[in-house]
Amino acid sequence: MRSTAPVLSVRGATKRFGGLVAVNAMDFDVTEHQVMGLIGPNGSGKSTTLNLISGALKPTSGTISLRGTPITGLAPQTITHKGIARTFQLVRLLPSMNVRDNVVAGAVFGHRRRWGAEAAAHADALLDRVGLGGKGDMPVGQLTYIDTKRVELARVLAGDPTLLLLDEWLAGLNPTELRIGIDLIRSLRDEGRTIILVEHVMDAIRSLCDRCVVMSSGSKIAEGTPTQVLSDPDVIRAYLGDDDD
Amino acid sequence: MDIFLTGLLLGGTYALIAMGLNLQYGVARIMNLANGEMLVAGGFCAFWFYTAGQVSPFLTVAIVAPLAFAANWLIYQVMLRPLVKRAKTRGQLESDSILATFGLSFVAVGLMLAVFGGDYFNYSYLSRPVTFAGENYGLNRVAAFCGAVVICGLLYLWLNQSRAGLSMRAIATAPASARLVGISVGHLAAIAFALGGAVTATGGALISTFLTLDASTGVMFTLKALIIVIMGGVGDVRGTIVAALLLGVVETLVASLIDPGLTLAAAYTLFILILLFRPQGLFGRRQT
Amino acid sequence: MTAAEIRTLILAALALGVAALLPLTGSGYWLGLGLNIAMFTVLATSWALFSGPTHYISLATAAFFGLGTYTVGLGFETLPYWSLVALAGILGAVLAALVGLATLRLSGVYFVIFTLGLAELVRQVITWAQNMSGQKGLYVLTDITEDHIYWQLVGLAALVYLVGWLIGRSRLGFALRIIGDDEEVARHSGIDTARAKVLLFMVPGAVAAITGAMLAPRYVYIEPALAFTPMLSFQVVIMALLGGAGRLWGPLVGVIPFAILWETISSTFPNQTMLLLGVSFLVIVYVLPKGFVGLIDTVRRRLSNREGWT
Repeated sequence: MRSTAPVLSVRGATKRFGGLVAVNAMDFDVTEHQVMGLIGPNGSGKSTTLNLISGALKPTSGTISLRGTPITGLAPQTITHKGIARTFQLVRLLPSMNVRDNVVAGAVFGHRRRWGAEAAAHADALLDRVGLGGKGDMPVGQLTYIDTKRVELARVLAGDPTLLLLDEWLAGLNPTELRIGIDLIRSLRDEGRTIILVEHVMDAIRSLCDRCVVMSSGSKIAEGTPTQVLSDPDVIRAYLGDDDD
Repeated sequence: MDIFLTGLLLGGTYALIAMGLNLQYGVARIMNLANGEMLVAGGFCAFWFYTAGQVSPFLTVAIVAPLAFAANWLIYQVMLRPLVKRAKTRGQLESDSILATFGLSFVAVGLMLAVFGGDYFNYSYLSRPVTFAGENYGLNRVAAFCGAVVICGLLYLWLNQSRAGLSMRAIATAPASARLVGISVGHLAAIAFALGGAVTATGGALISTFLTLDASTGVMFTLKALIIVIMGGVGDVRGTIVAALLLGVVETLVASLIDPGLTLAAAYTLFILILLFRPQGLFGRRQT
Repeated sequence: MTAAEIRTLILAALALGVAALLPLTGSGYWLGLGLNIAMFTVLATSWALFSGPTHYISLATAAFFGLGTYTVGLGFETLPYWSLVALAGILGAVLAALVGLATLRLSGVYFVIFTLGLAELVRQVITWAQNMSGQKGLYVLTDITEDHIYWQLVGLAALVYLVGWLIGRSRLGFALRIIGDDEEVARHSGIDTARAKVLLFMVPGAVAAITGAMLAPRYVYIEPALAFTPMLSFQVVIMALLGGAGRLWGPLVGVIPFAILWETISSTFPNQTMLLLGVSFLVIVYVLPKGFVGLIDTVRRRLSNREGWT
């Protein structure tokens, strides 16, 4: 299992905002074809960790490397070129463009670049892939909530990233949509993509993740398979508080 | 040495004007490019009262300040609040308010030109020298500086001690969270905008005692106030004061050692240097 | 190329041909007006190429324009006129790149102030330099007539439209549309946003400098207050936004009525031009936030909706 070199390794990554330590000396690896869940209670620093990896924020200290090459503190566009792509916690689409162009936006400047008819065809194929076939010409303003999430996912996939960061991609979906969403991510997993999943939905974590890193108050408190970490007393205490045990 | 002191005296008045703009931008989130016209209007009032009734500009302030407060409150409610409401993003509000206040600024210049004509106006008030450390300084400059110090001091105390002042600072730091703790952001934004206008107009009344103004000089002061606010850091009273004094000294240095025609060029060069090396302001924390 | 594009191209070529015939009327008034319209079309269209997608409001037009004027003013005795026009374009692009590198990483307010101050800075420095050397202005004496200047501007306009059209179809143009929508998404999609903005800002910089260079012979006598008048920057912003900065042909729709209105007001009520500028800004913000183009779009949509209902 552990024979392959890690795709991403995070060593001592720390982020301070003034006096507040949002992420404290995080260490973890993600290996090829693995879906890693980054979980923890609200405000535990999961999204900040994701922002450090994607380049949206620069770490105060520590190193992050992609296949052995340090990418610490690089600009987000450079990190995207190197093959890491992300979704946003609150879906961000490009309001002036139709669905297809929203996806093309991810294809033109990403890890692998396409342009013109090739990019449009690639976008249409991805729209089929996420279940939006035939909706390419729709304005994004008319989409349902889950469809906006699908467009964002297609945009992120359009640059053929080697590592996918999904920030609470399943949050806010109703039970039916959640089913669809989980299936969609599972299909990405089955394709052998490497994914970091920041997630709250336990069902999704159990069924999708190979491994989980649990954060609380900015630090890693547990690491292992979903079953292991979800039965870890420290993790339960972090989620439920420790005054009733 | 006398250049340095003259610069400080000038900087004191600049601090007042920039403080007005900073309240408007920091709390009400409106980059008010008509700020300079408010200053000129304040100066006009002082001029008019002095020439018509020999009323001291320092007394005129008592009339100018409430008038400007009311006028700016109205401007905010009628013109700017709709923009705040319709803006979907910070960027959109920014460009809308830039264009709207530019419009306001030109309309104000146009109206002042129509009413007062394009002449320069100045009057002689307290224009006798006072001697300090062997050098002469205009009494009007010293008096204006003292007035500015008093008003800046009061404003600083108010922002730091009073409940309303605390709320203002809360809005300047984190508008979304301020709303959560029950601060009425809309209401206070209007008051901050009005107060900023009143402070600037007061600055105009004081500055008119020793500088010559005309209907179209407003934009120069807007530019200087903007430069000071950005140098000092948005929402930072202490930074504003230091930046204003710095600008006053640099301008006076350039004017007396090189050429008085280069004062704005000097201010602008200072601004470029700040932008290049400390875009977060002199005392601002680096945003990462 | 699609059929619609070919039709647009033919129409544009026709319009250009008709515009080029104007000097044949022999009327000084019409030529003067045409010259103004051509000049502002060039300036406003190139301005909108950058400011339309990025929403940055540039007030640097006067700085670039003056730079071009002075390039010709200082060099026309030593270098051939055409090389000076080209040189002006290069200098304008370089200045724009420098300004862009310093400011475009920062928020829009900084950019506005920076560009507003730029023309003033250059003007003060040139005035000072001239005072030191003891001369007030420069004479530009050439045998270039107003007809020539007009034709040059029409040619430049054609070039600007061509460049705008090409940018619109290029990756750079697409990148800028993404940046205009959401800069954060743009960065995370792999776009070097600062580089894209700087590159595009060089276009209006170069074009405004070339325009200034072309107009220098018309002024005959140039001085800083004329070459760097801040009014020019504001007029360009108003015309572009009034027409609509979102489309290539949008600014033209604003240039024609505003240039005529400006001409009329400034000849009948010369003191009220400030008021006109102010009111125009307010109209743009409160009445026509998307310009005439937006208005046309709304009307069209209403019409097509009505058809859809029946």
